[in-house]
Amino acid sequence: MGTWTWFHKLSSPPHCYRIAGQLIPWFAIPAALLIVAGIYGGLVRAPADYQQGDAFRIIYVHAPAAWLSLMCYTVMAVAAAVGLVWRIKLAHALAAATAPIGASFALLCLATGSIWGKPMWGTWWTWDARLTSQLILLFLYLGYQALRSAYDDIGKADRASAVLAIVGVVNVPIIHFSVNWWNSLHQGSTVLRRGGPAMPASMLVPLILCFFGFTFLYAALACVRVRAEVLRRERNAHWLQDLAGRRGRTESAT
Amino acid sequence: MILATTAPLRAAGLVLRRDLALAFRRWEQVTHPVVFFLMVATLFPLALNPKPSLLADVAAGVVWVSALLSSMLALETLYRADVEDGTLEQLTLTGQPLALLLLAKTVAHWILSGLPLVLAAPVVAIAFGADAAANAVLMTAIALGTAVLSLIGSVGAALTLGSRRGSVLLSLLVLPLIMPVLIFGARATALAMHGESAEGPLWLLGALLILALTLTPFASAAAVRISLE
Repeated sequence: MGTWTWFHKLSSPPHCYRIAGQLIPWFAIPAALLIVAGIYGGLVRAPADYQQGDAFRIIYVHAPAAWLSLMCYTVMAVAAAVGLVWRIKLAHALAAATAPIGASFALLCLATGSIWGKPMWGTWWTWDARLTSQLILLFLYLGYQALRSAYDDIGKADRASAVLAIVGVVNVPIIHFSVNWWNSLHQGSTVLRRGGPAMPASMLVPLILCFFGFTFLYAALACVRVRAEVLRRERNAHWLQDLAGRRGRTESAT
Repeated sequence: MILATTAPLRAAGLVLRRDLALAFRRWEQVTHPVVFFLMVATLFPLALNPKPSLLADVAAGVVWVSALLSSMLALETLYRADVEDGTLEQLTLTGQPLALLLLAKTVAHWILSGLPLVLAAPVVAIAFGADAAANAVLMTAIALGTAVLSLIGSVGAALTLGSRRGSVLLSLLVLPLIMPVLIFGARATALAMHGESAEGPLWLLGALLILALTLTPFASAAAVRISLE
C-alpha cells in the first residue's frame, strides 16, 4: 500500500512540482562534482593515447553524450507508454521534458564525433554505421518534437507523440542493426567488451565519472524541465495561484 | 448498417472493395504517384551526368529513393478523404476491430500506390542501363518495401490527421522509420544488378514486412482514435 500512495502523490501536479524542485540540488551537485572530477581526470591526469595523442580526450564528452542520447530515448518511450496506458499526465510531462534533452545530447555526440574525426580520420563526416544511426536517432527526436508542436491541444499532443515514441523505440534496434549491416568503419566498443575494458585505469576512471556525472546532469535537467511542463499545463490551477500568491507575499514582506 | 453486423473478416473485405472501387472512379489517385516517380527518376540524370557507367552505378539507389518519395506523397491520401466526409469516424463506431479495418484500408492503399510502382520500377532501372536480369529481384524488393512503407506510413498518416501541417510533418515522422527498408531494398537491388545473390536482404525485407504487418495495425488504430477524439 505504501508504495501506491507514494505513487499517487507523485502523480498529482502540486506534489510533483514540489518534489522535483527538492530533487534538483540532489542531482545537480553530484553532477557538477562528478563532471568536474571526470573532466579534470580526463584532460589533465590521464596519459595521452599512444596512437591518438591528446585527441582521444574528447571521448570524455562524446561517449557519455552518446550513452545519454540513447538512454533519453528509452526514458521517453517508457514514460510515454506509462502515460498512454495508465493515463498519467505527469508521465507525458516527463516524456515531453526528456525529448529536447535527448536531442541535445545526440547533437552533442555528433558534433564532438565530427571534431574528433577531422584530425583522426581526416574528414568531418563519413557515412559510417554508428554516425549514421546516431544521425537517424537525432531525426527521430526531431520528428517527435515536430509532431508534438503540430497539436494545439496538449492532451492530444501527449497521446499522439506517445504512439510515435513507442513505434520509434521498436524501430531503434532495427535501424541500428540495418545500419550496422550496411557499413561499419567505426572503431569497436572499448569499454563494454569481453575480457575487460581495453583501457588503463587512469583513462577509464575519469570516463566512468563522466558517465555518472552526465547521467546526474540529465536527471537534474529533467527535474527543471518537468517543473516547467507542470507550470505550462497547470497555469490556471488554484494551487499554482496559491503558490504564486504566497511567494509574492513572502517576497514583499522581506 | 451491414458493416456493423457482419463478421470482422468480411467487414475488412468490404472496406477493401469500397476503397478500390472509389479509387478506380478517381483514376488520378493511382496515376499521380507513378508520374511523380518517373519525374523524380528523370531528375537524377539531369542533376548528375548522363554518363552510362555512372547511371548504372546509381540505378538501384535512384529507383529506391524515387519509389519511397512517391509512396510518401501517396500516403497523404490514405485517410484524408475519409476524415473529411466522416467515413473514418463511422468505421471507428461500427464495433468491428478497427485495426483490421485499417489494415484493409492500408492493403487497398498499397494495391493503388505500391503495385503501380512495382510495374514502373523496371522501366526506370532499364533506362538507367541496369541489367534486365535483375528485374525479378527489383520487383520483389519494391513490392516488399512499398508494403512495409504503406504499413508504417499508415501509423504516421493516422498521427497527423488532427494536426495542421500534414504532408511535411508526415515525411518528418515516417522517413527516419523507413531507413531500414531503403537499406535492405537498395542493397538487394544493387546485388542483383551486379549478378550476385540477393537472397539475404530479400529475406530481411520479408522479416520487416511480417513485423510491420503484426504491429502497425494496432498502432494505427490507437493513433486514429487519438486523432478523432
